[in-house]
Amino acid sequence: MRTATVLTLVSLTLLAIPLVAPTYYVTLMLPFMAYGVILLGLNLLFGYTGLVSFGHALFIGIGAYTGAVLTTRFGVRQMELILPAAMLAAAVVAAPVGALCVRYVKIYFGMLTLAFGMVFYTFLLKFYKLTGGDEGMRMLRPWLLGSEWAGFSKTAYLIGPYYYFSLAVLVLATLLMWRIVRSPFGLCLKTIRENQLKAESLGVSVPLYRWYAFMISAVYAAVGGALLATPTGNVDPTLAYWTHSGNIVFMVLLGGFSSFFGPLLGAFVFIFLQDTVMSVFPYWRLIFGAVLAFIVIFAPGGLMGLFARRRPVEVSRG
Amino acid sequence: MILEARGVRKLYGPYVALDGVSLSIREGEFVSIIGPNGAGKSTLINVLTGMLAPSAGSVRFKDKDIGGIGMVALTRLGMARSFQLVQIFPELTVLESLQAAVVSRLGGGARIFASLAGDRRIQEDALEVATLFNLADKAHVPARVLPQGDKKLLDVASAFALRPEIILLDEPTSGVSTADKHAIMEILVGAAKRIGLRAIIQVEHDMDIVFGYSDRIIALHQGKVLADAAPAQIEADAQVMDMVVGRRRAPQPPDPSPRVGERAG
Repeated sequence: MRTATVLTLVSLTLLAIPLVAPTYYVTLMLPFMAYGVILLGLNLLFGYTGLVSFGHALFIGIGAYTGAVLTTRFGVRQMELILPAAMLAAAVVAAPVGALCVRYVKIYFGMLTLAFGMVFYTFLLKFYKLTGGDEGMRMLRPWLLGSEWAGFSKTAYLIGPYYYFSLAVLVLATLLMWRIVRSPFGLCLKTIRENQLKAESLGVSVPLYRWYAFMISAVYAAVGGALLATPTGNVDPTLAYWTHSGNIVFMVLLGGFSSFFGPLLGAFVFIFLQDTVMSVFPYWRLIFGAVLAFIVIFAPGGLMGLFARRRPVEVSRG
Repeated sequence: MILEARGVRKLYGPYVALDGVSLSIREGEFVSIIGPNGAGKSTLINVLTGMLAPSAGSVRFKDKDIGGIGMVALTRLGMARSFQLVQIFPELTVLESLQAAVVSRLGGGARIFASLAGDRRIQEDALEVATLFNLADKAHVPARVLPQGDKKLLDVASAFALRPEIILLDEPTSGVSTADKHAIMEILVGAAKRIGLRAIIQVEHDMDIVFGYSDRIIALHQGKVLADAAPAQIEADAQVMDMVVGRRRAPQPPDPSPRVGERAG
């Protein structure tokens, strides 16, 4: 009941933000929503299946570059076509990469995903003709719902139609993921996280389910990547760089990987904290490093973990 | 004949863990495998459950060769196992742990968008097994907070939830207090009847449990079958009692507790 109330309030707030909040903060919400989609997928792998990927920016890169290539090279401007294309491209790459990676666990899985991420980063950097090298390439403003939104300035487009489009994608991605983690399939993933030997003895094919989870998370990352590219209007190889992979793992830890909504909270806090810290202190990574150390040591459940722990106390007081 | 091993050898480098083991498990039997440490019991269990491929010889389950086919495939064929060191899903509840087995049995793991909570068959099946194992009142408790005896029961119960035809229990009462051992065995044998298991194989050290529940005892020694006979005959064999049981066991009246072997049909 409490969750339902919070969700209703959050939804109403998200709908109202473009109407009431200053433009600057509305534009900050765009990367939040893109990362929200990415992290929902990453956490299916991390929080639910127990695999930490350090190369997931690979799939963000695939999504973003799919958007850029389609809009600039092929004249495909409809976001409704770009997103499925990004999902397909991610799935095509994730199928063999995942099939190889899921045979390994723990640090070996992480290292392999990192290695593939680096390979893709180098590809983006070196294949200048296709990718624009380190300068990257432009992502033209995509059409939404079949409309070019020609009368809108760039800002008006972003804080209007694009905001609501992103929100719709985030809501849809959240609802789908909500179903996935509560399905028989989701339960199988959790058994793998909890005890691989026991899961196998109950007939759960561990590599197969890990591969499914990897595929889904890659597709989510690509959708987020495509959403991420529009506000900046440009994609470059750093999107696929390993520090970006590290950032999204950090966001999940910040919000709390053992909670469904933790990663969304993590994305939100990360984006706004980064913005605030960067404006007053150029070495924001220093602050974020300290925050990460603090979370790992004192709040392994992340911000959501802090809420969850406090709740029973509140109840007993009431 | 449900399960049959013929001339199974298993070598680890120069070390011979199993040296020509032949055994067969028939319909309705409760068979105990005993033997001192290093006799090859764990290796035998791992070979019989398809986790290890034998170096020589064959293992056949329902007339299919299952040498090294792995637990997942074996589960599909109708064999389940529990573990000596208790294996549970710490953060999952009792009911979720059992649901996982039911999902696996019904082949529903690939249903990505289906609702687990809304699937009555999975819910009812899991609850039924929880009830059989006296775990229903703890259905929503995370497995990690259960007492040791209940963890052991949950490990076995989730194997039962697969509704296998045959089950291999690797020391079902190890690490449990003496008082709890018999309670666990009674629950287990009762559940076996209800579920219609065709046979139970256990590896067990506790001789009261072994002699109290088995239809047949297979004694292993240095990778070989030393004896394969009914409990009364084993008890009468001084050599086996010395080498395998390690002590002479005072003759006891036959245990009146229900057995799988007594099940009609």
